[in-house]
Amino acid sequence: MAVAPNSVGGVSPGGLIGWIDQRFPLTKLWREQVAEYYAPKNFNFWYYFGVLSIVVLVNQLVTGIFLTMNYKPSAAEAFGSVEYIMRDLDWGWLIRYMHSTGASAFFIVVYLHMFRALLYGSYRKPRELLWIFGCLIFLLLMAEAFMGYVLPWGNMSYWGAQVITSLFGSLPIIGGGLVEWIRGDFVIADATLNRFFALHVAALPLALVFLVIAHLMALHEVGSNNPDGIEIKKLKGPDGHPLDGIPFHPYYTVKDMAGIAAFLVLFCAVIFFAPTFGGVFLEQANFEPANPLQTPPHIAPVWYFTAFYAMLRAVPSYFGTQVWGVLVMGAAIVVLFFLPWLDRSPVKSIRYKGPIYKIALGIFAISFVILCVCGMKPPSGIYPLLSRICTVLYFAFFLLMPWYTKIDKVKPVPERVTGHA
Amino acid sequence: MLKRLTLLAVLLLPAGLAMAEEGESYLHAGTDIYNTESLQRGARNFMNYCSGCHSLQYLRYNRMGTDLKIPPADLAALMFTSTKPFDQIVSAMPVDAEKWFGKRPPDLTLITRAKGVDYVYSFLKGFYVDPKRLWGVNNQYYPNEAMPAVLSSLQGMQKPVFKSESVDGQEKMVLTGLELIPPPPGEEKRYLTPAEYDDFVRDTVNFLDYAGEPIKAKRQSMGIYVVLFLLVFFVFAFLLKKEYWKDVH
Repeated sequence: MAVAPNSVGGVSPGGLIGWIDQRFPLTKLWREQVAEYYAPKNFNFWYYFGVLSIVVLVNQLVTGIFLTMNYKPSAAEAFGSVEYIMRDLDWGWLIRYMHSTGASAFFIVVYLHMFRALLYGSYRKPRELLWIFGCLIFLLLMAEAFMGYVLPWGNMSYWGAQVITSLFGSLPIIGGGLVEWIRGDFVIADATLNRFFALHVAALPLALVFLVIAHLMALHEVGSNNPDGIEIKKLKGPDGHPLDGIPFHPYYTVKDMAGIAAFLVLFCAVIFFAPTFGGVFLEQANFEPANPLQTPPHIAPVWYFTAFYAMLRAVPSYFGTQVWGVLVMGAAIVVLFFLPWLDRSPVKSIRYKGPIYKIALGIFAISFVILCVCGMKPPSGIYPLLSRICTVLYFAFFLLMPWYTKIDKVKPVPERVTGHA
Repeated sequence: MLKRLTLLAVLLLPAGLAMAEEGESYLHAGTDIYNTESLQRGARNFMNYCSGCHSLQYLRYNRMGTDLKIPPADLAALMFTSTKPFDQIVSAMPVDAEKWFGKRPPDLTLITRAKGVDYVYSFLKGFYVDPKRLWGVNNQYYPNEAMPAVLSSLQGMQKPVFKSESVDGQEKMVLTGLELIPPPPGEEKRYLTPAEYDDFVRDTVNFLDYAGEPIKAKRQSMGIYVVLFLLVFFVFAFLLKKEYWKDVH
């Protein structure tokens, strides 16, 4: 009996591809997700950071696998095994620096990717779920980065983990037991390192990859937003394709290739010339092995957590507990999930939003950068006050949004996208 | 374009601020890991003056020999605690050294990465006479450390220069600097001149900087080719993009 060809769009390739297509939707997937995925033609600079996040994710996965082959997740051997990788393993230093620089690069591109969404309203209907998947990815990424930072078992790894896990201890009633349960011991110890290793190399990356796939599926279902915040699917040509859309392949594959090359220039410049980035990407105190008896002079998380760390420290303790700071820090992430329902502006893109939103977003961005800096500094001098002001501004941006976006003067949105790069 | 520059400035702001912070008042070491002769002298200094107490447990003799272009015979002369070139550089300090000094002499493989070359350079020049301390010496850059002034046989001894300063209404003696105690007449030749001692310390710190990351020099010289390749690749990728995008209107 002849097998009916599983043709897509009336054409069925022969040969090996045809053989596969009759058993697996290879050509179908390629067409739907890449060659005939119509993306707006007016993507600008900000639209590189999505694909760059994937590039960095792959970098982390691949280099991570090779590190796992040589790293020893035990308190006695971890620090030495990292130095073994750096010295005795052929190209081990490169793999390690790609991974450590990749961690910082991940947060840079993800922060810019999220900022893009704030600029052009990419979280608005019908992309709410796409945004929520993205927020979940961000949350997982923070957990992944935190646990990864513990693995080299330097003194900052140790004390950073001690401080961050102790935050859970401020929760009422369950706090103490929860901290012990997370650590697997009364302090950060071998058991903690073991479980963080398991979570860092298996559980969290698996969840991250699934969420990234869900993020992309949601994106391709609703279609990409663009700098004008116009739904290109509303205006279709006689061929049924959006008038302002172009196939992702080859147009955006070649464009992204140039973007990736430019990114790699910067990425490799850091790897080869400044892998510690002046103590920001790899902190000096982490070149000393973990020492439970000696606290580093100044404990601070890596730069990508410092904004949230600053918020934690900005809140004073009331009623004899520090839990408020922990709640504020948690709320700073949770509030992101509600963004699609906080923005009541009739337009999506900042191009057609009024001055209030532009000023609000500017203040928000500056506050976030100042918080990043405050979190790196010791909590003295001007920094506690600055942290408090910027924490208030951070939350004001979100919590006042339903009002200020409503009264903001908006400009008329054109029918078609404007210009392309 | 202006927007992008602003963005770049905002992105680099935290890094810049963090780096500006590091300007603690250490002396400038002026080391150069590309100066192989300095590294060789530093290795010799380390083996003769430091390795009795301090290990370089993550560095192997043969790696050092290869990287620093030390001939095998000369390398063998530097190996005091081992006969196998592939061994790591471990001091002969017994386990109970803690009893002698109050703490074990630390491993120095990563000291320059943890504290910076300027710190180590300053530390080695910062010993001064202090009868209150166990070994009769203190250190300007690491007050009340446990290490004796091992290099005083080269440098001579320094005495502290104090200045009386009022801090919060109280008169306090603040250490402002160190001064070399002149050696007794006729014994000047036993010591290095201050300039020679600076070079001695600089070479040693340079070697420690190498030991902290043996691949550093190679990594940097390799990086130039990597970045150049990527720049060329970028040009072609950009031209390819322009070619494809000709028909997008």
